[in-house]
Amino acid sequence: MTRIDAKFAQLKAEGKKAFVSYIMAGDPDLGTSLEVMKGLPAAGVDIIELGIPFTDPMADGPTIQLAGQRALEGGQTLQKTLDMATEFRKTDDTTPIVLMGYYNPIYNRGVDTFLADAKAAGIDGLIVVDLPPEEDVELCIPARKAGLNFIRLATPTTDDKRLPKVLQNTSGFVYYVSVTGITGAQAAQQTEVAPEVARIKAKTDLPVIVGFGINTPEAAKTIAGVADGCVVGSAIVKEIAAGKTPGEVLDFVAGLAGGAHSA
Amino acid sequence: MADDLINSFMTGPDENGRFGIFGGRFVSETLMPLILALEKEYEKAKTDASFWAQMDDLWTHYVGRPSPLYFAPRLTEELGGAKIYLKRDELNHTGAHKINNVLGQILLARRMGKTRIIAETGAGQHGVATATVCAKFGLKCVVYMGATDVERQAPNVFRMRLLGAEVVPVKSGRGTLKDAMNDALRDWVTNVRDTFYCIGTVAGPHPYPAMVRDFQSVIGKEVRWQLAEQEGEGRLPDTVIAAIGGGSNAMGLFYPFLDDPSVRIIGVEAGGHGVDEKMEHCASLTGGRPGVLHGNRTYLLQDDDGQILEGHSISAGLDYPGIGPEHSWLHDIGRAEYVSITDKEALEAFKVSCRLEGIIPALEPSHALAHVMKIAPELPREHIIVMNMCGRGDKDIFTVAKHLGVDIAT
Ligand SMILES: Cc1ncc(COP(=O)(O)O)c(C=O)c1O
Repeated sequence: MTRIDAKFAQLKAEGKKAFVSYIMAGDPDLGTSLEVMKGLPAAGVDIIELGIPFTDPMADGPTIQLAGQRALEGGQTLQKTLDMATEFRKTDDTTPIVLMGYYNPIYNRGVDTFLADAKAAGIDGLIVVDLPPEEDVELCIPARKAGLNFIRLATPTTDDKRLPKVLQNTSGFVYYVSVTGITGAQAAQQTEVAPEVARIKAKTDLPVIVGFGINTPEAAKTIAGVADGCVVGSAIVKEIAAGKTPGEVLDFVAGLAGGAHSA
Repeated sequence: MADDLINSFMTGPDENGRFGIFGGRFVSETLMPLILALEKEYEKAKTDASFWAQMDDLWTHYVGRPSPLYFAPRLTEELGGAKIYLKRDELNHTGAHKINNVLGQILLARRMGKTRIIAETGAGQHGVATATVCAKFGLKCVVYMGATDVERQAPNVFRMRLLGAEVVPVKSGRGTLKDAMNDALRDWVTNVRDTFYCIGTVAGPHPYPAMVRDFQSVIGKEVRWQLAEQEGEGRLPDTVIAAIGGGSNAMGLFYPFLDDPSVRIIGVEAGGHGVDEKMEHCASLTGGRPGVLHGNRTYLLQDDDGQILEGHSISAGLDYPGIGPEHSWLHDIGRAEYVSITDKEALEAFKVSCRLEGIIPALEPSHALAHVMKIAPELPREHIIVMNMCGRGDKDIFTVAKHLGVDIAT
């Protein structure tokens, strides 16, 4: 049982929806992003997604593209991102951390080395955007063997025939991307999301978390209401981009978490 | 060797889209069903005689194929060694080899009922070819082009707009081909239902590298019979040479000769300011390491942390930090050799082609020619080199003028 599994068990017992937040590691600089990260659990975040910056984030919109650029310009590396988790774990041993990014920085480090280092740093799961089930031997299978969850995205283009393949080696939770598009795109309507979540839940016992385009406490509430929880990324990254202090960013996050938790 | 399937170099990719460890399908889940659908349609079309009949008809009457295989007498004489032939794909409609592939993909798009075509472009040749074929078939066309390239290939931007395409300048990164490809992929993820992504080179997720290679192979197939016609039955080239950006004109020339062991195969990458630790070049094979970008594993220019480097080349069409996965495989198994040519050497070759053969070449094949100029003098007179003159230089005259210190802006 990973910290992710434990977290969902706890939320279930409490009858609460999960609130998942995304920030880019090292954005706008290492110190600030670590300060924000450390404050997330107290702001109501159940699971932390930590972005690994990459020069060519093909599935991200301008907001997260720019966050990655700021981080890279500030000297962020994969090692420094893992060090953030190590630092975070000194004071928090329960909040799950999921690394989210693209395959090349991981492949470049070497899959086995990366998995050992990630495990040691207290990482619980991975979301790697450019690794579909067709490429499971690359990282998904080794990650599961190393005791990390491999969280897969399901999308509106994942039809019923394909869904079992997507779910097959997924663990921790399923991330339903509610729109076809890049991060920061227009949010989907609750009425569109509900049947899609039901469609996925009919095929798996894993929690289904919905993301893309959620940017207000109200949206967090309505979307979390038809799933097991929701993810907010670009909206938080925008606050950081606007130069808000960690305190202000965390207040904003607390509002979103409140929305999700009231669902 | 050609009869021995086990030792054939022409059987790739495997069912997972791999050439050895290279290639694959490294895309987001949203795109996965789309590339599977494309693969299915392409597999069907490949064995459909009516599809190829349509291609042949368009190649003949719209593109002007076969392109001539031209013996270059003054170039041969000047270099004093090998006999040099130029495969004149610069004479194609739209001025480069790019249209060979575009026609194939657009016919597939029509078979799949797609009404909106997107493309990335570097030099603008692929963008122009795509805009052209879309105009011909009445399809909506959106071309992503790096902001830097929009500037250095202005004539092609104007051409695309004349042809009715929307050209979107991409400002992320250094504003070159890599960035254009990122934004094209982002468009595709967003517009999955009606949009077909027409990739301009042998890169991207499976089936693109194999499909684009197959469409471009018309180049090498023609060279086989054209050379036999001019030099005698069964005469194969001793060396084939082509420039490499993503590697499509090169794959098109090389592929039909992979199983002929007597044919030496040389790919020429862009050496920019020189292949050294400053990384101001685009020579992925000579100066890069395997990595994953734009849907496939291949050699990439990257830093110690796996971040992609921007590279540099005077030629917008070669300014790409990766290379098609099949080239990476051919490199690793040693079937093809890969060398690099600097900006300066390419400019020299550009001038030589103009003066000796009356052919104004694009800067891309000027790189291939520069390597021909290096090796031809040392080779015997009976040695036949076939070089792919894959594009004409109209689009490059402003860049060249600038480098020669001539002001032609009015
Ligand atoms: C004339 C010409 N040659 C070569 C290239 C490079 O592409 P590839 O390596 O796929 O042939 C381009 C690309 O724009 C081009 O316009």
